[in-house]
Amino acid sequence: MSQTAATSLETAERRRAIALAAPAFLWTLGFFVLPFAIMFVLSFWQRTDEGLVASWTLENYRTFFGETAYLEAALNSIEITLAVTFFSVLLAYPLAWIIAEELPARYRRLALAMAIIPFWTSYVVRSYAWTLLLAKRGVINTWLSDWGLPVLDLANSRIATVTGFTHFFTMLLVLTIYASLVQMPPNLKRAAADLGAGPFATFRHVILPLTMPGIAVGAFITFAICIGDYVTPQILGGGNDLALPQLIMLQVGRRADLPMAATLSIILMIFVTIAYLATARYMKVEGR
Amino acid sequence: MLKKVSVALAITTALWSNSAHSQELNALVWCDHTDDALIKPFEEKHGVTVNLKEYEGTGAALSLIEQSQPGDWDVLVIDGVDVPRAVSAGILGELPTDQLPYDSLFPELVMEENHVIDGKTYAISEKFGYNTVSFNKDKVSQEDLADMTKLWSGDFSGQLAVYDYYLPVMGMLAVGLGKETANLTMDDLPEIEEALLALKDSAASVGEVVASQTAIATGEVDILVGGGEWVTAGLTATNPELDWMIPDQGAVRWSQSIGVFADSKQPDLALEFVKHVLSPEGQAALATSSCYWAMPANSAAGDMLTDGQKTALRWDQQSEYLAKAQLYPAPDSELDAAMQDVWTRFLAR
Repeated sequence: MSQTAATSLETAERRRAIALAAPAFLWTLGFFVLPFAIMFVLSFWQRTDEGLVASWTLENYRTFFGETAYLEAALNSIEITLAVTFFSVLLAYPLAWIIAEELPARYRRLALAMAIIPFWTSYVVRSYAWTLLLAKRGVINTWLSDWGLPVLDLANSRIATVTGFTHFFTMLLVLTIYASLVQMPPNLKRAAADLGAGPFATFRHVILPLTMPGIAVGAFITFAICIGDYVTPQILGGGNDLALPQLIMLQVGRRADLPMAATLSIILMIFVTIAYLATARYMKVEGR
Repeated sequence: MLKKVSVALAITTALWSNSAHSQELNALVWCDHTDDALIKPFEEKHGVTVNLKEYEGTGAALSLIEQSQPGDWDVLVIDGVDVPRAVSAGILGELPTDQLPYDSLFPELVMEENHVIDGKTYAISEKFGYNTVSFNKDKVSQEDLADMTKLWSGDFSGQLAVYDYYLPVMGMLAVGLGKETANLTMDDLPEIEEALLALKDSAASVGEVVASQTAIATGEVDILVGGGEWVTAGLTATNPELDWMIPDQGAVRWSQSIGVFADSKQPDLALEFVKHVLSPEGQAALATSSCYWAMPANSAAGDMLTDGQKTALRWDQQSEYLAKAQLYPAPDSELDAAMQDVWTRFLAR
């Protein structure tokens, strides 16, 4: 093949690649980059009695860092999200292990389907279902009363919020961890056993490191969705644990202060970005 | 073939039904305006479709209006105390008073100070009630709640929920502290905040309309601070143990007003809707809405309500209640922002 023909083929392939990537690029540009840019600019505007005033001021950011309630809301969001991520991983790993390693192959699909079923219902339905269980006159407290035990304040609390979230995200993490477990070559475990490693040492030095990418990806998705969720803390938290999404809704719904809502959204995005960078860095280090 | 014909028929039927009422009226309302009992008679009489957008809190309404094009909206339902705010923003247009039922309006609900600006009337009251105390009389007695300050004394720790709306609850606490809601200033806020934070320490939950009703109806709490007939009146049949009262110090009176958008493209139809809502039939439907019950502003609605409904609304005790209640606070923008900051701290506690 002549050099001219090769160059022409390369150019055609490059054009084809650009054409194929264009829809995804335009989609991201139109539905992520552009709205994000608008939100970023809006975060420097001001809400006054006359309406929105276009400006480049850091006043909204100053308000965030100067108002204890706002900082507490951010801290609440991070605490809730970290707790949910931790408990979800803790519960999801053994569940994924049982499905991937212990369950007969013919039941695995059914088990995975059952893991996905909670995704079929909305946040609102799931959250209200949890209130039926956790309420003062709910199922759990009724059992406790029947057994002569003291009633617990489970509903309208952080415990309720974390429980509701963990229920949902455990199922999500089961899928990502399961995917890591089934991709693991079975002879690695046999090799570890041949070299004298016991079950715990095999798990710690072979299986866990190999499934960490699945855990990391699932944990990041959990973090990103959980920290931005409004419904679950609103319903299960009973207004007792102000989180960032609720604070954002207060700015929109009560104050009509879109610039402050945009500022808080940017701050929320920064938390997600930090979580992403930590995950990406971990994956890069592990990939070497 | 049959399948194709069926699909075509279904699409045609859908299009026909959508275009049955070519004229549409767009109203920005509270949730009590969405019942068919209120809306259908108007739609049928005028051959129009009424599109309703629910909101909660004036801030949310202003936000929606700001994001809309002029002429998008025709009718606005708004807190009575916020009418001057809407008028100064150029949102509401003038109403012809001679076409509205002022003769049968409860005198306290005329509220000229809110509705009339520079001699022009911009809105009219349509419904009112009280933000006070709802309670489960099987668990708490009326005597226990006679002194409002007991609510934040810690006596009812874990037994109460708070309605999540800063104006009525902060106004109510101000009344409990012996202040006048009409004269609140920044200097009053520290004392109100102290009471509010103490109230939060005793609260099991803080929730909006539905969450508040659910909390007391399901027995999750025994007392709802900020409640009133709007919580319990509609539940009397299923939850006879629920009641409401006005403490010795008084309570806060809320009222909703209705008006026509200044830039409505169909002001005549919008005015007809206002007249429909203010009619005895419209008022009776609004008073007993499935979202929340409350007193109609037009006393002529009494003829349309049953004795049971009037008892639930405490129709005959209104003069006593009106005398004991103060209006919602109507803060200027600076005080409003400060009150919302206090409320945010209350929620974050």
